[in-house]
Amino acid sequence: MLPLIQREVVDRQHWIDEEEFLNMIALAQAAPGLIAVNSAIFIGWRIGGWRGVCGAVLGAVLPSFLIILMIAMVFSDWKNLPAVEAVFKGVRPAVVALIAAPLVKLARSAKITWLTALIPVTAALLIWLGGVNPVWVIVSAIIITLIVEKLKNKN
Amino acid sequence: MLYLQLFISFFRIGLFGFGGGLAILSLIQMEVEAHGWMTQQEFVDIVAVSQVTPGPIGINCATYVGYTAGGLWGSVLTTFAIVLPSLIIMLSVCRAYFWLNRRFQGNPYFEQTLRILRFTVIGLIASAALLLIRPTNFIDTASWIIFGVVAFFTILPELVRSQTTNPKSIRGKILNLASHPILLIVLAGLAGYILYA
Repeated sequence: MLPLIQREVVDRQHWIDEEEFLNMIALAQAAPGLIAVNSAIFIGWRIGGWRGVCGAVLGAVLPSFLIILMIAMVFSDWKNLPAVEAVFKGVRPAVVALIAAPLVKLARSAKITWLTALIPVTAALLIWLGGVNPVWVIVSAIIITLIVEKLKNKN
Repeated sequence: MLYLQLFISFFRIGLFGFGGGLAILSLIQMEVEAHGWMTQQEFVDIVAVSQVTPGPIGINCATYVGYTAGGLWGSVLTTFAIVLPSLIIMLSVCRAYFWLNRRFQGNPYFEQTLRILRFTVIGLIASAALLLIRPTNFIDTASWIIFGVVAFFTILPELVRSQTTNPKSIRGKILNLASHPILLIVLAGLAGYILYA
């Protein structure tokens, strides 16, 4: 989605320049929440303050909202049709593959090592087998990192 | 009570959803299952729908869950709730943009936390996939073949693309097309229709 945003706001509308765009991505990814929405908030604020934010966020959210709303309205009636059920039987394992496969790319771009791989492995096991809420995994990751950094800086 | 619960859940998802799209799935999965708003199967189906429709996956899930659990107003509420933490945090960040930039750039605590979160998020995505490997989603051998083929084509560009492959060249274009999620979902749906209908 980011290349699309870049083409629109940097190349076409010239709302922000290349450097500011890179800063925006850094902020939008570091902050919690959806990256597309975070980017919209940044650009909206930068261009038109509060009104800009309202416009940009509505623009980022409304198309998905309306499309899914329409689908949700008809899906409950359709999903028991044998043909639809058959299609979804084929689609479900594909979805799991689409979630799992990008892990290769993500691990590679995060420059994961055998040691740092312990972090995602622990997180995945806690959630998968331990039934731990991912929120707590995120919160503990942040707290442990801060404590470890603090101890490192003391020495 | 339902509306309050929906609001709290999706506000929490927005607040702790680091790392975008796929990473947020495990949070949504946990919330909707804990409250019985969606079955595991419905969750997979809506992720499939999200893959073939435009827009952020988090918004798609929020809207769908909100509608099925609480009707039209439910969907408005959940969509608002998932965006609200972003609004609060990003606006504060934007207002203090230059000040923050000076303070946080190169701050070891901040940089290290981001680095560790990137690793953690990989675990979150893995758990989302692992939780979905169930008999309801994998009904027979054909399911595993579909899984394998889709995973293979998704990873393919990673395996064969060298630094010199130009995404605009014919080779790059074929790779992009062959690994396109919409195409893969449509083909898997077609396979399902042929196999099971």
